[in-house]
Amino acid sequence: MDLRFSLAHATDAERSAVDACLGPPTSRWDGGERVGTEESRTASSGHAARARRDLLLPALQAAQRRVGWISEGALTYICERLDVPPAEAYGVATFYSLLSMTPRPRRVLHVCDDIVCQCRGATAMIAELERAAGPPLGHGPHADHVVLDPDAPQWIRSPCLGLCDQAPAALLQVAGETPTDKLFGATTAAELQAVLRGDDRIPERAHPTVPQAGAPTLRLLSRMGVVDPMSLDGYRSTGGYLGLRRAFEIGPTGVIREVLDAKLLGRGGAAFPTGKKWDAVARQPTRPHYLICNADESEPGTFKDRALMEGDPFALVEAMTIAAYATGCAHGYIYIRGEYPLAIERIEHAIGQARLRGLLGEHVMGQEFQFDLEVRRGGGAYICGEETALFNSIEGFRGEPRNKPPFPVDFGLFAKPTVVNNVETLVNVPWIARDGGAAFAAIGTAQSAGTKLFCLCGCIERPGVYEVPFGATLRDLITMAGGVRGGRPLRTVLVGGAAGLFVRPDELDIPLTFEGTRAAQATLGSGVIMAVDDTIDIRALLVRIAAFFRDESCGQCVPCRVGTVRQEEALHRITLRRMRGSVADELALLGEIGLGMKDASICGLGQTAYSAIESAINRLHLFEDAVAP
Amino acid sequence: MTAPAALVQLTPPRRSIELQIDGEAVSAPEGTTIFDACRQRGNVLPTLCYLETLHPVNACRVCVVEVENSRVLVPSCSRKVEAGMVVHTDTPRVRHSRKMVLEFLASSVDLSTTPHVSEWLADYACHPERFGPPAPPAAAGVRDAAHAGHHAAPDPEYAATVHQPTKLDNELYVRDYRKCILCYKCVEACGTDYQNTFAIAVAGRGFDARISTEFSIPLPGSACVYCGNCIAVCPTGALMFSSEHDRRAAGTWDESRQAVVDTICPYCGVGCTLSLHVQDNEIVKVTSPFDVSITRGNLCIKGRFGWQYVQERPGAGSGRGQRNGVPRGAGDQGDGESGRVGKGGGNGRDATSPADSPLGKRAPG
Repeated sequence: MDLRFSLAHATDAERSAVDACLGPPTSRWDGGERVGTEESRTASSGHAARARRDLLLPALQAAQRRVGWISEGALTYICERLDVPPAEAYGVATFYSLLSMTPRPRRVLHVCDDIVCQCRGATAMIAELERAAGPPLGHGPHADHVVLDPDAPQWIRSPCLGLCDQAPAALLQVAGETPTDKLFGATTAAELQAVLRGDDRIPERAHPTVPQAGAPTLRLLSRMGVVDPMSLDGYRSTGGYLGLRRAFEIGPTGVIREVLDAKLLGRGGAAFPTGKKWDAVARQPTRPHYLICNADESEPGTFKDRALMEGDPFALVEAMTIAAYATGCAHGYIYIRGEYPLAIERIEHAIGQARLRGLLGEHVMGQEFQFDLEVRRGGGAYICGEETALFNSIEGFRGEPRNKPPFPVDFGLFAKPTVVNNVETLVNVPWIARDGGAAFAAIGTAQSAGTKLFCLCGCIERPGVYEVPFGATLRDLITMAGGVRGGRPLRTVLVGGAAGLFVRPDELDIPLTFEGTRAAQATLGSGVIMAVDDTIDIRALLVRIAAFFRDESCGQCVPCRVGTVRQEEALHRITLRRMRGSVADELALLGEIGLGMKDASICGLGQTAYSAIESAINRLHLFEDAVAP
Repeated sequence: MTAPAALVQLTPPRRSIELQIDGEAVSAPEGTTIFDACRQRGNVLPTLCYLETLHPVNACRVCVVEVENSRVLVPSCSRKVEAGMVVHTDTPRVRHSRKMVLEFLASSVDLSTTPHVSEWLADYACHPERFGPPAPPAAAGVRDAAHAGHHAAPDPEYAATVHQPTKLDNELYVRDYRKCILCYKCVEACGTDYQNTFAIAVAGRGFDARISTEFSIPLPGSACVYCGNCIAVCPTGALMFSSEHDRRAAGTWDESRQAVVDTICPYCGVGCTLSLHVQDNEIVKVTSPFDVSITRGNLCIKGRFGWQYVQERPGAGSGRGQRNGVPRGAGDQGDGESGRVGKGGGNGRDATSPADSPLGKRAPG
């Protein structure tokens, strides 16, 4: 294409980081030096360069991770390499919160101030940090803070980091030749200051919290904390790869039949029958088919997928291999949120080990079946967990959801039939392939088969990932986790995350099944169970949820782009007692805004942005005292 | 706007789909959108982001309709008709969503030059002021620098807006993003739908999303070729000829005194149709009809902007220091202007130095 590039040059460091991601340039036409004289007259590699558009986000991340931000020179070089218009690449780069287009120091600490961390003292911790370390790095439209000293560390407020079992949490990113990302859990302001100063003795928190570790009844968590997640032999000696072996025996249609018999429903929130999805893709004559594992777990309060990837990475690799075999995919992607460094490291290690042992590659287990996996790292965007936004993100475009129909099974990644499954959904698959669908469906309820992972967090005695057969009630789960922290009275439980609902303490007998929550007009969502006791300011949680949706809206459709802003403004006015009219007027306005977002937004983000707030108003009657004269 | 039926039909005839719209049985060719099926019945649904010459992005959500058995409302501009579909275009649910969308836009964006919108605001009983008085405009460049993610807490006194100074960085057109509803049309016209220039894209996220060049550099440094096809598709007047913008600022823009005259562009052999908008015997802007199959409303810099030579008259302003007879700077609120047009290539010269044009000396017709 006839593109116009800036004259800004990438530094050697930026160039080498990008080349490490894309490989060295082969000619002048993809950003290299001119070779010979013919090159001045012929252009032959444009199509080849553009065909690698999907490497745009990885290349941007490489530059960001090398120097801490993306300079004009770095962006230009990436655009030259991939033949991408600079305006488009800028549009993509500015979409992700972990990428910065203005100078940032090399050492940046992202401190979570989201709802779960708020329940565990983050508000006071951040206030203390701010007193000691100064205000957070300029962010948003009202602070055009420019940092010139790359060696002066800075901190930033962050949405949920998915470390809710060890809240309050923070993520350290250090750019450099060997960039490092570290998660800190159960942290304090003093510890964070030490981390900021460059103290490397502060321990990265080690493992996911699995209070049930070692219990014999576990299916999904059976290896957690028991088997070394870095050892393929450990995995194989505990039943690993028996599922894939049996899959090869019964063939692709046999696998799909077992998954249908298992009545496995998607665990990402939508509860779509997995077998149906697989069958639809398997039958598509169009090739290739793609398989994607959606590991962009960003729903506030959710950490089960991180736990699975950190604690049992080979299970996901095996599960994807089985899924790919059943649906005729030769290439799969695992899209892991960028805030999960340990999960990324372990999954990449597991993929490497599986390749070495012939469990991925040209002849998987010696069979006539080829499959390989690639990890893609998210850039800090909740919306990329929406499956069609995820496609756009992988393809190198802005992570904006697509309108459906067409559905991914017809028209997905690279416009090909695509299977997208959540991590937890997939991790059920090796068990189903090995022991059969009927055995799988033997536990749980008639409509919700098998077991489910729940993320117990907030004001709870023993936060962590819990696995129970479908049918357990909210009360059972809270009891398993030791009840409310310190024996305090329970005020409310947020079920399903920021896009879920608040329920009252008298509703704890809701069975946590797909049909049970539906009957109670609630949702399982991503399996979040956040307990809130009487010490917590629920209104502050609501304001944070509203701010979250405002921050994370992609901005594509009007109801969500402006509705999330108007919703936050109205809530803010109520909490500050600066209403336009009465509280009842503001609540009515919120209801109208919420209904507009729910009915007219393109994707689930806008459609659910009001649900938690609505439940606080209508189920908890949170503002009733304020409405009374 | 005329339906694309005027275009030459190159595809094979399509099956007919039976559906129901507002209680009436309707049949429409397979592949028709609900929007077109409604329009064929004389029911033109309101829309801002839809244009028949561009791919629908269904971002504005003004045209939503209710389809039975669909959980949420569907955008009529992109959803194709299906057999047995039952569509309602004017239920309370539909009216509520349209009302909210229009209020969201009217409370955050300047819709003063958006056609039809005042009728719609009245039709749907909109009260955009109920969200609060509009926030004062952001300083130049502030919205362009917004980072995705955390934002400052809202001001309880105001409703947030996209108001900001007009971008005046070239002599041919202005970008007034306080009027931008992010319909994506300009990006599509500049990109793969027509021009393949890719000078602009959507940047940022959420309410901070904006149309931007790379690093929000001024247009003269960008890839812009000044074809003006973005202006042609802009539904709100956010992109506007300088000649129109300056006259509006000076209070001399008067469409009731304008005539639209169609002619053929004299520059090259393609023969694009030009619609000259003439006020007081002066060309004030140029458009091209969307239903002419040669270019479907698109032009190049010459056809769009290269018409000053027609009205070069002895004694009139030389063009230097004046824009089409209006003193430079009238109504400018930004940081001045670069005075640079194009990239210094031949195309730019045609527009700014009419005397250099081979036709430049011709007397006005």
